Amino acid sequence: MTLAELKRGQQGTITDVSSIHIPLKLLEMGCLPGNLVELVQVAPFADPMYLNINGTHLAIRKETAIHIIIETAHE
Amino acid sequence: MSKQINVALIGNPNTGKTSVFNALTGLNQKVGNYPGITVEKKEGICKLPRGVKAHIIDLPGTYSLNASSLDENVVIELLLNKNDKDYPDLAVVVSDVENLKRNLLLFTQIKDLKIPTILVINMSDRMAYKGISLDIDYLEQELKTKIALISTRKNKGINELKELITHFKELSTEPCLDASTIDKAYFENLRKAFPNQLLYKLWLVITQDVNFGKTDRKTFEAVEDFKTKSKTDLKRLQQKETIKRYQFINETLKLGQTIDLKSAKDLRIKLDRILTHKVWGYLIFGVILLTIFQAIYDWSSIPMDFIDSSFASLSEWTKNTLPEGAFTNLLAEGIISGLGGIVIFIPQIAFLFLFISILEESGYMSRVVFLMDRIMRRFGLSGKSVVPLISGTACAIPAIMATRNIESWKERLITILVTPFTTCSARLPVYLIIIALVIPEGRILGLSYQALTLMLLYLIGFGAAVGSAWILNKILKIKSKSFFVVEMPNYKLPLFKNVALTVLEKTKAFVFGAGKIILAISIVLWFLASYGPGDNFNNAESIVTEKFASENLPEDELNEKIESHKLEHSFIGIAGHAIEPAIRPLGYDWKIGIAIVSSFAAREVFVGTLATIYSVGSDEEETIKNRMAGEVNPILGGPLFNFASGISLLLFYAFAMQCMSTLAVVKKETNSWKWPMYQLVIMSGFAYIVALIAYQVLK
Ligand SMILES: Nc1nc2c(ncn2[C@@H]2O[C@H](COP(=O)(O)OP(=O)(O)OP(=O)(O)O)[C@@H](O)[C@H]2O)c(=O)[nH]1
Ligand SMILES: [Mg+2]
Repeated sequence: MTLAELKRGQQGTITDVSSIHIPLKLLEMGCLPGNLVELVQVAPFADPMYLNINGTHLAIRKETAIHIIIETAHE
Repeated sequence: MSKQINVALIGNPNTGKTSVFNALTGLNQKVGNYPGITVEKKEGICKLPRGVKAHIIDLPGTYSLNASSLDENVVIELLLNKNDKDYPDLAVVVSDVENLKRNLLLFTQIKDLKIPTILVINMSDRMAYKGISLDIDYLEQELKTKIALISTRKNKGINELKELITHFKELSTEPCLDASTIDKAYFENLRKAFPNQLLYKLWLVITQDVNFGKTDRKTFEAVEDFKTKSKTDLKRLQQKETIKRYQFINETLKLGQTIDLKSAKDLRIKLDRILTHKVWGYLIFGVILLTIFQAIYDWSSIPMDFIDSSFASLSEWTKNTLPEGAFTNLLAEGIISGLGGIVIFIPQIAFLFLFISILEESGYMSRVVFLMDRIMRRFGLSGKSVVPLISGTACAIPAIMATRNIESWKERLITILVTPFTTCSARLPVYLIIIALVIPEGRILGLSYQALTLMLLYLIGFGAAVGSAWILNKILKIKSKSFFVVEMPNYKLPLFKNVALTVLEKTKAFVFGAGKIILAISIVLWFLASYGPGDNFNNAESIVTEKFASENLPEDELNEKIESHKLEHSFIGIAGHAIEPAIRPLGYDWKIGIAIVSSFAAREVFVGTLATIYSVGSDEEETIKNRMAGEVNPILGGPLFNFASGISLLLFYAFAMQCMSTLAVVKKETNSWKWPMYQLVIMSGFAYIVALIAYQVLK
């Protein structure tokens, strides 16, 4: 599934960030395969999304989130 | 001359670089808890032990050496250009103990440039709170550097840092890891093609477009032909590089850092569940704004009244004490009245700066960015545009510079173009005095009408900004990649010292900046109002006396008539009458016209100008407000400042582009005169039309 499908309060593990639509800056801020990601809060219309990636708190737009592949524990 | 050491402070945004800079240099550069407070290079001198001096450069924060916005580019430009006079002998990488992992990415990149590097781990006061402990010796060994564990808040470790800077020659310049292993063959070819160049520098040049100085361009020109890989391939390599660096960092920190999660506390998430909530978040934001406006009104009325009457008495006292003559009149009527027109607004402006500074220092600003992004995007802006729009309420100049951290050029340009619509503090004097004259006192739901009017004016400014952004977004055909990543920093209790300093510095800058212009303008105005050409001015006394000879007026009234006759026929009166036809339909007389024209230098001149014009020739001790209230409309009779003309003036000032300095900054930031000229013509034209309609409808 993609990061955009995560529900508020839910956690997942990032598995793939190789899409070229993901800005390098995001990787540099720690959005890397293997890292834990939690959806802390969403703005209206689920955009932007407020994430906690391995202790780094940041917000990205949904258009970016749909390119980040994750998996959740109970999948 | 002993050689100075060039030291560059580099680090991720919001790690405390400027705080370290201030601690080292004793200067007071602005600090704030929002990524992107520093957008320009700042310099200072630090005295080190044994008479050595260091030239310290504070830089904008950057997450890596791959720039994605203009402020970040400053750092890379400096590091890649060996001929820059500021090229560092020593890089001090400032990191935040809570985000060490992420901060080290940039550190490992800088090490690859073979510059001697010290690692500063700042905010050590937060370690206990977060349950973090570090093995400094181990980290120094793995990272091949010296580490200074410091806290600028608690003033700890600064001397040790100075000691390390003094001994910078002993630092290793060896890289931490070999990045070229991500594509051995490619890097080998690169090395062969440019044997004299640093490999990692070449790689940085290839992967990004950096504005080089002329000399360096030559050396690297050939690199352009060496882009044997497609953009996508290069980007994949950069991703690989980032992952590789993180692998190294993770391994290093596994042994070098322990985090006891049990003793770690995180207030941020709990607070953010409410402060960034879909409903509560917006409500709280609204309440904060309302509180600010109410406070600006309620808290500052007492000091304002005091200042107003003090200046009136000072002017009176000067007149009575100094020997009579032109100079005394100039001082009392021109300068003191003009300055009084600006000093009176210090309390309100200081409160405004205080609130903005608290919002910035607490970390709340990033939450506003989050809340507003979606809405702002509809208008072609970014959530990050909110910060310039909010800080633009203080002054548009720093606000326009603050747009440098917006990644997309189109979003940035639109933000620059519309920011001057936000109600800056220079409009405040005009608003306040006119509101006081034309809006009745009284309250609704505990909020005064006057405060609500002021808030409405701020909303109008904001509305004009987003409205024109929406239009610009439709008109401007600029393709630019847009993406949006914003960090949510930890909440911090605003440090009293930081807030107080910011308020003090900004208020000072406002008063002195405006003061200089006002001083100059009021002197010129005073001369123009005190002298005039021809008989009508010079023989005013006999002309007026003759005219009213039959009416037997008391001396007071006659004198007043003489003075006003003089003013009408002074140089300024003649100029004012010349422009009067253009402004009469807006409900203004020629004196307001002069005030508006002089406001094109800077808006805050308005009140001072009126004060100067009114006080010329007047004997009584009067406050500015009372003088304005007493003005009579020369044609219709009744007070000149009534509801219709007042609203018309308010709207004119809300929309008109009347600030030379802003135009200059826009020219600098957009690199062309085209945009500031559009702003000047379109905004002022629009202001005229709106003010005209308002007066004609309301009168
Ligand atoms: N707790 C704590 N906070 C600190 C310390 N040093 C700085 N801060 C706070 O961290 C925030 C950022 O400080 P700045 O000095 O503006 O950081 P910067 O790196 O210059 O930020 P940019 O210019 O935006 O890149 C401010 O709110 C400071 O008050 C410290 O030692 N301890
Ligand atoms: Mg800074």
